Amino acid sequence: MKEFLLVFRRDFDSNEVQPSPEQFQAMMKNWQDWMGSLAAQNKLVSAGNRLASEGKVVRPGNVLTDGPYVELKEAIGGYTIIRADSLEEAAELAKGCPVLAIKGNVEVRTIIPM
Amino acid sequence: MKESEIIPHLFRTEYRNIIAVLCKRFGIEHIEIAEDIVSETFLIASETWGQKGLPPHPIAWLYTVAKNKTKDFLKHNHLFTQKIVPEIKYATLEGENAELDLSTKNIEDSQLQMIFAICHPSIPIEAQIGLALNILCGFGAEEIADAFLTNKETIYKRLSRAKDTLRIKQIRIELPSAAAIDERLQTVLTTLYLLFNEGYYSTSQNKTLRKDLCLEAMRLTYLLTNCEQTNTPSVNALLSLICFHSSRFEARTDDKGEIILYEDQDISLWSKELIEKGEHYLNLSSKGQQLSRYHLEAAIGFWHTKKEDLVEKWENILQLYNRLLQLEYSPIAALNRTYALSKANGIQEAIVEAEKLQLTHLHLYHSLLANLYEEQNTEKALMHLRQALSLAKTSADKNMLGKKLQKLEQRGNS
Repeated sequence: MKEFLLVFRRDFDSNEVQPSPEQFQAMMKNWQDWMGSLAAQNKLVSAGNRLASEGKVVRPGNVLTDGPYVELKEAIGGYTIIRADSLEEAAELAKGCPVLAIKGNVEVRTIIPM
Repeated sequence: MKESEIIPHLFRTEYRNIIAVLCKRFGIEHIEIAEDIVSETFLIASETWGQKGLPPHPIAWLYTVAKNKTKDFLKHNHLFTQKIVPEIKYATLEGENAELDLSTKNIEDSQLQMIFAICHPSIPIEAQIGLALNILCGFGAEEIADAFLTNKETIYKRLSRAKDTLRIKQIRIELPSAAAIDERLQTVLTTLYLLFNEGYYSTSQNKTLRKDLCLEAMRLTYLLTNCEQTNTPSVNALLSLICFHSSRFEARTDDKGEIILYEDQDISLWSKELIEKGEHYLNLSSKGQQLSRYHLEAAIGFWHTKKEDLVEKWENILQLYNRLLQLEYSPIAALNRTYALSKANGIQEAIVEAEKLQLTHLHLYHSLLANLYEEQNTEKALMHLRQALSLAKTSADKNMLGKKLQKLEQRGNS
């Protein structure tokens, strides 16, 4: 079994209509159920963290910019670590991720063991 | 109580009390001396009571004999009093102080400290449970063997090896320091939790024994809530979950010891008193910041005391299992989560999730799938029931699955 990082990206600056409280509630349930599903398969290593939208980027010459989404339409919204036999299986597990339902995407990366 | 049951009853309740106090006095490395003194006390009781009838206060009688036996032992065993006792620096055992303190307070304190000595991280968990049953609960090797579905000899060996460890590691009978108590309490709670499960889910056919195990786990956990240093939110959560589960004890098996599934249970057999106790300790457990697995399991237990199939109930149970599994994976929790999922999100989604679990070596996995497929695909339901039946180990499980299979086959043919 290897470990994989799932990086969730989504559009923070969307001009679309904001979801209703009920939609937020449903979204939360989808995340909980998806995490629960990974955990029930014993494939969840760490639930990881969700990230706030504000942030700063430090650039060469100690230049500070607000960011990180100045140049990126999609910013990182969070990450989770899972375990799977192969990158293919990890990608398969990522298919149910609720971020996809709001037009986000999941980047699946193999973690190199120490 | 019938007179014919008095000695087994007193043995169960008093053996552990006297042993705890004696071990506290002599140190756990001399546990055999404590065991000899208590055994002899009961031997004298059975002979004397057999000839002269029961004394008016049997417990006080036992304590007096135990005290005298202890004094005799100390008087006659010079080696012990002169060499070992000074070495281990226990209280003076001369004169007035030689009297064994069998007050309720000292019994409780000694038992509580004994729990920590037995649930020591250096002792393998199985041995901890065995020792707890033997020393803290007064169960004989035969009963322990029955509960673990193994033979007496295996248990004897396991117990004596564990007692050797207690001796070699020189484990003291005392409460851990304030700094260490939280961590040590984790081990204690794990052992008490497993002790309870041993009773609740035991495959032993002996229903009385299984109930006794549950009650003992409850009693020991209750003991922890009685002491300021150990009365933590997690301890209350464990006690709450034990109460909630135990409330269904009478409803979950029939007279023949066969399993009655949750859905088919007669609610009037659920113990209201235990449900109320469970709620009481659940409230107490909500203090503090820590959310332990016992909190989650107690909350799951709470929702199970509501019989109506409310959407809210199963949605809550599902979310609690989602969190429990993130905290600690176990195949049983994964199966239970999937059952809750079928109630909260529908059968189709639950079937997809169940197939992903691939716990094909467990009969419970196949009974869950059979259950989910029952109305969807009789052929698959039958296949899983047959697999469950071939994997089931106890006759209670086999009977239940056999009946279900027969019913489904008849339906398939008609």
